[in-house]
Amino acid sequence: MNLEFIHQYLPLYQEAAILTVQIGVLGILASILIGILCTMIHYFRVPVARQIAAAYVEISRNTPLLIQLFFIYYGLPKIGIRTNPYACGVAGLAFLGGSYMAETFRSGIDAVDKIQTESAASLGLSGLQALRYVIFPQALSISFPAFMANVIFLLKETSVFSAISLMDLMFTAKDLIGLYYQTTESLFLLVIFYLLILLPVSIVGSLIERRLRYAGFGS
Amino acid sequence: MEKRTAEANIMEPILTVNSLTKRFGDLTVLDGINLKVREGEVIVIVGPSGCGKSTFLRCLNALEDIQGGEIRLRGETISRDSKDLTKLRQKIGMVFQSYELFPHLNVLDNILLAPTKVQKRDREEVKKEAMALLARIGLESKAESFPRQLSGGQKQRVAIIRALCMHPEVMLFDEVTAALDPEMVREVLDVILELANQGRTMLIVTHEMQFARAIADRVVFINEGRIWEEGKPDRFFDDPKTERAKQFLQTFTFERKRAEEGTSRLASESCAPDAG
Repeated sequence: MNLEFIHQYLPLYQEAAILTVQIGVLGILASILIGILCTMIHYFRVPVARQIAAAYVEISRNTPLLIQLFFIYYGLPKIGIRTNPYACGVAGLAFLGGSYMAETFRSGIDAVDKIQTESAASLGLSGLQALRYVIFPQALSISFPAFMANVIFLLKETSVFSAISLMDLMFTAKDLIGLYYQTTESLFLLVIFYLLILLPVSIVGSLIERRLRYAGFGS
Repeated sequence: MEKRTAEANIMEPILTVNSLTKRFGDLTVLDGINLKVREGEVIVIVGPSGCGKSTFLRCLNALEDIQGGEIRLRGETISRDSKDLTKLRQKIGMVFQSYELFPHLNVLDNILLAPTKVQKRDREEVKKEAMALLARIGLESKAESFPRQLSGGQKQRVAIIRALCMHPEVMLFDEVTAALDPEMVREVLDVILELANQGRTMLIVTHEMQFARAIADRVVFINEGRIWEEGKPDRFFDDPKTERAKQFLQTFTFERKRAEEGTSRLASESCAPDAG
């Protein structure tokens, strides 16, 4: 292994890692918001919006991220919307992640016993208050493991961003292989950097999961 | 009849139910229920399982929609379409068979949630009230505990206090001891008895017949979705008018009679050798 090569291109990977994390975090935050929105539409049975949300979830979950990205990156300019790769990356991740988050939150909410809603209603809580103070906290603890799996999945999905010329980790590795043919070193660095990003997420996730499980939950 | 009208004039009923009808699809669960509840009255609703008594209670705070008739609390109509439904529900406290404490909140937060978030009352003031009530039932030390750390009887008593802290005008109890171990039934019933002594208006669905007799001002017997009879507890339990009520009450006395017969037979048998 060419250590000098690794040393020389380490800063390039660092920059790429920062970009990956930035897009990943923004995209995931947006997907959480979309997920909450879809879940509320489903929970309150909002007419029309409910059908739209359901259609969105199916389209988003059943098409590859790469194709979603192409639609956003090449499609939007055709209808006059100017884009840049960075915004497209965030939007693409949010579009894909939103449906995963929506399904995760929905299943969590469905898992909370219906009589808890009635108990809240009998105390005079409005539907929104019951959701916010009673149902959502319980649903969150139920769906947290699936939620963390989504986060890790979405962070890994950022690897297709190289297709729309974002200089993320994957792009950097491919670039270096193409330029210098140092395949082993380039891929080695790629794996290391993905692990550096994802392992802490995974570890923190299991810690929170354990805390949630031993907090006030379960009868 | 005249006496009734006179009474009604003296005291306007707090809760009025007029020909209430509830259907699940084609199945009629409640079929024209009429009931007037006066302030401070304790009404115990009994009846065979599946007769609709729990559904009736759930209709009273619009947890169920109704297909006919009307429910009025001090003249205000309670239905799922009521504009002020959340306001009306604050006036009706309900305790469920399965406690339904919020598992992610500790005892105190369970009690404080609705008074602070719904009624926007001062947290410290409600907390003082809640702690005083918890002390009254000997659960002061459990204020920071989570529901899963409590016994069934403790959970149910906390649920009662949670409802009380909203200062309801009427309390509904839906078979609140049915899920409890026998030795925990008493501690919950004692709390409800105390509330009755304070003059609270309550509707209680229960299978604890001795308790029903002790606490009720009026017993209502529901069967097949209709009120078959109602009256003073002593009258109802000692001398039920309808055959169905007699049968129903017999299912509770059966075991005791059998035991008495058993003892007397055993006694006579054990006496026999002596006599011989």
